[in-house]
Amino acid sequence: MTIAEHVSHRTQVSRRDFIVGSAAALGGFSLGFHVPFGREAAAQDAVREINAWVVVNPDDTVVIRIARSEMGQGTLTGLAQLVAEELECDWSKVTTEYPTPGQNLARNRVWGSFATGGSRGIRDSHEYVRKGGAAARQMLIQAAANAWNVPASECRAENSVITHIPTGRTTTFGKVAAAAARLEPPQDPPLKDPKDWKIAGKPLKRLDTAAKLTGKQVYGIDLKLPGMLNAAIKACPVFGGKVRRFDAAAVQNMPGVKRVVQVGDNAVAVVADTWWRAKTALDALPIEWDEGPNANVSSATIAEMLRAGLDADDAVVGNQRGDVRAALAAAAKRVEAVYSYPFQNHATMEPMNATAVWTPDRCEVWTPTQNGEAALAATAEAAGLPPSKCDVHKLHLGGGFGRRGAVHDWVHQVVAIAKQMPGTPVKLIWSREEDMLHGRYHPVTQCKLVGGLDAHGNLTALHMRISGQSIVAGIFPQNIQNGRDPVVFQGLNPGGAEAAFGYTIPNLLIDHAMRNTHVPPGFWRGVNLNHNAIYLECFMDELAHAAGVDPLEFRRRLMANHPRHLAVLNAVAERAGWGKPAPAGVHRGLAQIMGFGSYVAACAEVSVSDDGVLKIHRIVAATDPGHAVNPQQIEAQVEGSFVYGLSAALYGECTVANGRIEQENFDTYQVMRIDEMPAVETIVMPSGGFWGGVGEPTIAVAAPAVLNAIFAATGKRIRDLPLKNHDLRKA
Amino acid sequence: MARLNVNGSIVDVDVEPDTPLLWVLREQIGLTGTKYGCGIAQCGACTVHVDGVATRSCALPVSALTEDQKIVTIEGLSPDGSHPVQRAWAELDVPQCGYCQAGMIMAAAALLKDNPRPTDADIDVEITNICRCGTYNRVRAAIKLAANGGRTG
Repeated sequence: MTIAEHVSHRTQVSRRDFIVGSAAALGGFSLGFHVPFGREAAAQDAVREINAWVVVNPDDTVVIRIARSEMGQGTLTGLAQLVAEELECDWSKVTTEYPTPGQNLARNRVWGSFATGGSRGIRDSHEYVRKGGAAARQMLIQAAANAWNVPASECRAENSVITHIPTGRTTTFGKVAAAAARLEPPQDPPLKDPKDWKIAGKPLKRLDTAAKLTGKQVYGIDLKLPGMLNAAIKACPVFGGKVRRFDAAAVQNMPGVKRVVQVGDNAVAVVADTWWRAKTALDALPIEWDEGPNANVSSATIAEMLRAGLDADDAVVGNQRGDVRAALAAAAKRVEAVYSYPFQNHATMEPMNATAVWTPDRCEVWTPTQNGEAALAATAEAAGLPPSKCDVHKLHLGGGFGRRGAVHDWVHQVVAIAKQMPGTPVKLIWSREEDMLHGRYHPVTQCKLVGGLDAHGNLTALHMRISGQSIVAGIFPQNIQNGRDPVVFQGLNPGGAEAAFGYTIPNLLIDHAMRNTHVPPGFWRGVNLNHNAIYLECFMDELAHAAGVDPLEFRRRLMANHPRHLAVLNAVAERAGWGKPAPAGVHRGLAQIMGFGSYVAACAEVSVSDDGVLKIHRIVAATDPGHAVNPQQIEAQVEGSFVYGLSAALYGECTVANGRIEQENFDTYQVMRIDEMPAVETIVMPSGGFWGGVGEPTIAVAAPAVLNAIFAATGKRIRDLPLKNHDLRKA
Repeated sequence: MARLNVNGSIVDVDVEPDTPLLWVLREQIGLTGTKYGCGIAQCGACTVHVDGVATRSCALPVSALTEDQKIVTIEGLSPDGSHPVQRAWAELDVPQCGYCQAGMIMAAAALLKDNPRPTDADIDVEITNICRCGTYNRVRAAIKLAANGGRTG
C-alpha cells in the first residue's frame, strides 16, 4: 500500500494535519508516521497549534484536542465547551480531534490520561483542559498586543475577536495564531468562575451529530484500509479453555479464505477477503476444544459458592460503626433478607473490533477504545515491540459502557493475527455471539442484610454482608491488598468525595467476602454501585415497612448528616408528589445513592395488572453533579441510564452452563425497547463546589426505585433479578 | 452474482447467493452506514428500505432480491441529510453513540411514509430497534416532530 493511500484514508478519519509520509524514515514500512505537534508543526501554514489543546487555523476555525473517548456520553462536546469557554472562541467555528496515545507518549503525556470510564471524562480533566484554553487565549491576546505594541492588559478576547479596548482596534484569532504559537505559554493561568460561563454550563447541541444522521460517521467496524483483509474469530466458549486442534484444510478452499490461524492458546481465526466469507468459513471450521476443569461450573455452583460467603468469617470491612452484633441482639425487631445480582453483558451495539498492521519495526491499530493508552500498551505487548514503535488510532465507539476500557482482549487478538501476516492490514470483527460469550461481565454477588429496629421503629443496627466477585481482583489483581477490593463498597463508604454512604446508623457493619469465579468480571456501566444500591435501598424499604413508617420519612430520619443525599431525595419526592395520591392503580418507589462523585435519587411510578404485567409509567430522577457542563446532555445521560438500568432489571441475565455463558444474542439476552420506556423527568441540581460524573450514577437507582414500587403495587419483594423470572401477579 | 438496485443505481456484485444484503452493502458496495448488530434480525441496526418497507438486511440473502426492488440505505435517504426525520433528529440532538441511529432513522422514515401522524401506540409497535445508549424518548419525540412538519406542539 502506498503512503498516499494511507494519508488519504486518515484524512477521511480526521487524522489530518499531523501525518507525514516517509517510507525511508520507517525503513520501508509505508504507514504514515506522526510528527509531534511542537513548534515546527505550528510554524506550518496549515496548522497553528497554540498549545496541546488548541489549534487555530488562519480562517479562524478552532480545533480542540480531546484526549478522552466519545462513546455517546457527550464528553467530547462537554470538554470542548470547557476549553472554548476559557479560550473565548466562536463556538460555531469549533471542531475536535483525537491526539493518538503514541503522540501523548512522545510528548511526555501532555494530554494526561486517555482513560474514559468511571464517569471521569470531565470531572478528572476539567481543570487542566480549561487551563489549556485559558493559556491559549492569553497567548493569542499577547500576540495581538505585540503586533499593536500595546500592553496585553488593554486587550480582550471574545468570540475569536481580540479588541484593544482604548482604541477599538480588532483582529482575529486566526490572524495572530502563528505569532501566538511562538510565544512562551503562561504558567497556571487563572480560570473563570463557573457563574460567568457563557459556553460551558449551557445546553448546547453535540458537535458530533451530523455524521451520525447520514451514515458518514466512521466507527471502528467501518474502517477500510487499502489491501485490508477481514478476520472472524472463535475463542473457546469455556473461559480458561484452549484450542486442542482444528482442521484448516476443511475450509481453506472456501470462497475468499486466505488464512486460518490460531490466536493465542484459546482462539482460532479465519482471514478472508470479506468478513462475511471469513465468518462463513469459521462456522464451517472443525475445532476441537480442551475445555478444562471450568466445564463443570454452572450458575448453580457459582450461587452455592456465593451463598457460603454470606456467613463466612473471611470478610473485609468496608464501613463500621458501633457494635452491630450487640445492637441486633438487643433490637425490638429484626429484619433479614438475602438479595442477589446476576452476570450482565455490556452488549455494546457495535461488537468488539480492531484493525491492525504489523511489521517487524512497527505496529498500528485502529480501534474504538475507552482508553487509548491501555490499547497502546496492549498493542505493544502483543506486537512484541516497544510502545514508541506502535500507535493506536481511536475511532468513535458504538457504545462502550466499560467493555472497551480496562481490558483490550480484542486488540491482543487482532495484533496476534496481523503478526502472522506482516504488512497486511487485518480487520477483526467479533460476531454478536462471540461478543456475548466473551464479555467482561457485571460481577455476581449476593447480599445478606440484617436490620434491627427499636420499639419506635428507628433503625438501630444494620449488617450488610456482600459475598461475591471482585472486578479489581479479576483485572488488576496487584491492587488487591490483604484481600481488600476498595471498589466493592461503592456507595457504602464511610465518607469521601466519590461514593459515600448516605445514612447515619448507630451500629453499622458493611463487609465483603470475596468469592471469585472463572467468569471474567468487568467494569459494567455503574459498576458495583448497581447492586449495592439495590441491596441497600430495597432493604431500607423493607425496614420502613417493618417499622410501619413511610419509606421517605424512614430515610429522612437517618439523613440529617447527609444534606446532599437528602436534597436529591427530597427533590424527587416533591416532583413526583410523594405522599399525595397517585393515579389509579399507580404505585411509587424511592431510591437514593451516591456514586461517581454525584448524588442521585429516583422515584418510580409503576402499575402491575391483574395478570402480572408490569408497566413503568414515569421516573423522576435528580442528580447533583456539583457542576453541570451541559444540562441537556446530562438529561440525555440520565434518560439513557434508565434504559441501561431497567434493561438489566427487566431482562438482563447471563447464566452459566457447562462453564460457558448460555445467552448468545439479543433473542435470549433481551433488552428494553421503546415500548417499555417510561417518561423520565430529569432534575439537574448542581450545588457547586465539586465535580461529579453523570454517565453512570442514576443507573443504580433505576432498579431499586422500580422494585420498591412493585412491592407497593403487589406486596411482593423481588430480591433477585431479572424480573422476567418472576410472577408479579398479586399473591 | 447478484444485480441490485441500491440508492437509485444498478450494481452487480460477485457474492455467494446466501450472503446477507447487509454484508453486500457494507463490503461489496462500500455503504457502511448500515450497521451490523446481531445478524438475526433482532436489533434493527441494519434496517434499510426495500420498496419503501423497513427491512432488516442482516438476515435477508441477496438471492431473495431482484433488480426491480428498490433498496434505499441511510446514505440514499436524502442527498444532504435533509429528510424530515434527519432534520428532526438533528433538532432534538437524538443520537448518543449513534451506532443504532441509521437503523432507527430508516425505521422512522418508513413508519411516517405509511402513517404520517403515528400515535404512541403506533410508534411502540413499529419502532422495535435496540438502542443501548437509551435514546428512546428522544427518538419518540423526534418522530412526532417530523410528523408535525418540524413544528413542536
